[in-house]
Amino acid sequence: MIRFLLKRIGFLIPTFLGITIVAFSFIRILPGDPVLLMAGERSLTPERHAVQLKLFGFDRPIWEQYLAYLGDLLHGDLGNSIATKRPVLDEFLTLFPATIELSVCAILIAVFIGIPAGMLAAVRRGSILDQTMMGTALIGYSMPIFWWGLLLIILFSGILHWTPVSGRISLIYFFPSVTDFMLIDSLLSGQKGAFASAASHLILPSIVLATIPLAVIARQTRSAMLEVLGEDYVRTARAKGLSPARVIGLHALRNALIPVVTTIGLQVGVLLAGAILTETIFSWPGIGKWMVDSIFRRDYPAVQGGLLLIAGVIMVVNLIVDVLYGLINPRIRYV
Amino acid sequence: MKRMGLGIAVATLAVALAGAASAKTLVYCSEGSPEGFDPAPFTAGTTFDASSKPIYNRLVEFVPGTSETRPGLAESWEVTEDGLEYTFHLRQGVKFHTTDFFTPTRDFNADDVIFTFERQRKKDHPWYQYTAGIAWEYFDGMSMPDLLKEIVKVDDYTVKFVLTRPEAPMVANLAMDFASIMSAEYAAKLEADGRKEMLNQQPLGTGPFKFVDYQKDAVIRYKAHEDYWRGKQAIDDLVFAITTDAAVRQQKLKAGECQVAPYPNPADIANLKADPNLDVMEQEGLNVGYLAYNTKVAPFDNAKVRKAPNMAINKQSILDAVFQGAGKIAKNPIPPTMWSYSEATEDDPYDPDAAKKMLDEAGASGLKMKVWAMPVQRPYNPNARRMAELIQADFAKVGVAAEVVSYEWGEYLNLSKAEDRDGAVLLGWTGDNGDPDNFLAVLLGCDAVGGANRAQWCNEEFDDLIQKAKIISDQAERTKLYEQAQAVFKREAPWATIAHSVVYMPMSKKVTGYNMDPLGGHAFEGVDIAE
Repeated sequence: MIRFLLKRIGFLIPTFLGITIVAFSFIRILPGDPVLLMAGERSLTPERHAVQLKLFGFDRPIWEQYLAYLGDLLHGDLGNSIATKRPVLDEFLTLFPATIELSVCAILIAVFIGIPAGMLAAVRRGSILDQTMMGTALIGYSMPIFWWGLLLIILFSGILHWTPVSGRISLIYFFPSVTDFMLIDSLLSGQKGAFASAASHLILPSIVLATIPLAVIARQTRSAMLEVLGEDYVRTARAKGLSPARVIGLHALRNALIPVVTTIGLQVGVLLAGAILTETIFSWPGIGKWMVDSIFRRDYPAVQGGLLLIAGVIMVVNLIVDVLYGLINPRIRYV
Repeated sequence: MKRMGLGIAVATLAVALAGAASAKTLVYCSEGSPEGFDPAPFTAGTTFDASSKPIYNRLVEFVPGTSETRPGLAESWEVTEDGLEYTFHLRQGVKFHTTDFFTPTRDFNADDVIFTFERQRKKDHPWYQYTAGIAWEYFDGMSMPDLLKEIVKVDDYTVKFVLTRPEAPMVANLAMDFASIMSAEYAAKLEADGRKEMLNQQPLGTGPFKFVDYQKDAVIRYKAHEDYWRGKQAIDDLVFAITTDAAVRQQKLKAGECQVAPYPNPADIANLKADPNLDVMEQEGLNVGYLAYNTKVAPFDNAKVRKAPNMAINKQSILDAVFQGAGKIAKNPIPPTMWSYSEATEDDPYDPDAAKKMLDEAGASGLKMKVWAMPVQRPYNPNARRMAELIQADFAKVGVAAEVVSYEWGEYLNLSKAEDRDGAVLLGWTGDNGDPDNFLAVLLGCDAVGGANRAQWCNEEFDDLIQKAKIISDQAERTKLYEQAQAVFKREAPWATIAHSVVYMPMSKKVTGYNMDPLGGHAFEGVDIAE
């Protein structure tokens, strides 16, 4: 196991390097540069354009810029955002907790509803319940998130007044951020009603963000379960007289979980990387929206830094998923 | 630890305030995040709304709701005969904000003015590059480095700006956001503490509201400045709730979660107007959307071959389809809210038959051309592609075969400037300082060919008029010259003037005293909210 871990961590380094090259070149492939965009319709003399480019170091040859960037990276310096002039790392760290908070809630919903739903559908295969569930999952997967989110807002906030419209907490609460996790900070503040407000603001965005992963996990669980339920050992277990609950809930599920855990791992990556649409609709100040804004502004350092940090997080998540395999399925031998 | 102690104090205050019946709070659903809180390095209106408008004042300011100027931190000023020296007499007894991060020991004086401008002008000033990547976009963009010869502190309450050449719009320039007056004392303290970047994160000014807190991309909080020189504001707590989606802003407004919400979707305007709890204000934006022909390239060097296609464009259809009614047909290169707008101008009539005839007479029947369309939404044009397609169809009716082309926005801006550009380009302009020179010289002057003058148009008669108007100070005189210039423009038609967008501002009926800013800003000085 230790050897496996070390080997995997070792692989992270060339992977990361590859990502730096992608992050660096990707944004530069797009036409237009940040100076042009900042000037807008105003005239920008070629001299001023050159001076500005020099200011940001964009006048040097690409390979030189890249090496300088790598050098800075090794010192933990991801550069300054062109838009806000603030360090990219600071911008990311300020916004990341909001995305984590939302993603965790979403993945919890997706897992704790998706897996049981998939199991149920597999066990009652072919029934109306199964077909309804899978049909719903398909709709959830195909629905435009923007539209879905707006629909929920109009219904639950606009008409029923059950939930707030957007944001992380009601504006009447103002307390310093300690962890940047609103649920935790609101508890720490000790203000009456703050935690409830934070929680109520999480409901709709979590549901919206959970929609696609929930659908994917449900379907994945169902097909994995179906495969496993058809295996010999399951038949044997039933024949031995084990209760259906034990057979399904313990033996079958555990084996079915392997592909499902992969899916969950991938979905976590997707969620962390960009709950862009959800964040935009619910004015949720996270990294997804920040990344999109940075791309539109050709904010090279922000896009590069953001890409690297997100990639780093996803790689760590995948590593954890790989380790979890071993816990779930001891048959997997690590070479 | 210190943070926690402060936090508890703030939290207690917040709870107390939430309970206090008399504390008036106004929530503004802002459409985006500010880039920073020092207005000078930035250009986005969103940034100015969050920084220069609430926190700062300028020497000269715009009369709310107009593009006329009035005294601000400068009580009065004189200009010498030759137009080269501007002497400003500063207002006395103006207090800077006292906050939990800074307590001023003196009132506003000339040192603050000197600091504000010299940091942008002098390359060797310790604040010139106070954070990596700082560039003084508007100061440079308005050519202030060329224009300003020197800035002199005459005494504690008198400052003199010496110019290198006469420039009447100078006063209007000083009303712009980049000219917001900073506290030299605060800057000195930050410099001594080695925390210069805080000028952009914890701002301090003389304005109606003090900065309290910014949660990135989420909420900005301000408190009324008790000692504001124009009087403490009726609103005690001003909150910006950053809500980037227009449909969600509307929902928040209806739910009462915010009281003012800008930039509604045009499709929602009727709905908002019908809401008994809301008011929808409207005003033409200080902008113009146009189609600029390349007057240097045949056959568009012939004025008839520009006038004719102008008559083929069905502007009303464009207003309906592209602006969904949120626009007004443009006949002049400047908008109606701009002083010196010429009501006398006769717009090119929509007359495809006459257009075809004129084209035939000019020997340009069966003309082939390109029409450039922007890929992005702009304040003066919500959907350039759609507009280009409509124009293409209109042109086809008069025998002109137009091909619609587009480029990525940065490329578009760059390539469209070329003097040998192939085709007519859709673009526009939003005014910076409420002065006609900011439209006419910037977009149509001979100096701007190869730059912002996308029609590559250099007309001696027009240029003489605007250059003359630039140097005289008397507004009535300047108005006459600009009216003549607009007549020349209409005759020569380097552009098809398409539309000025109309800006709508939905707000709760409880909000009073709000003035729509023709320059597109959102300011809350003088605003009150009924209980």
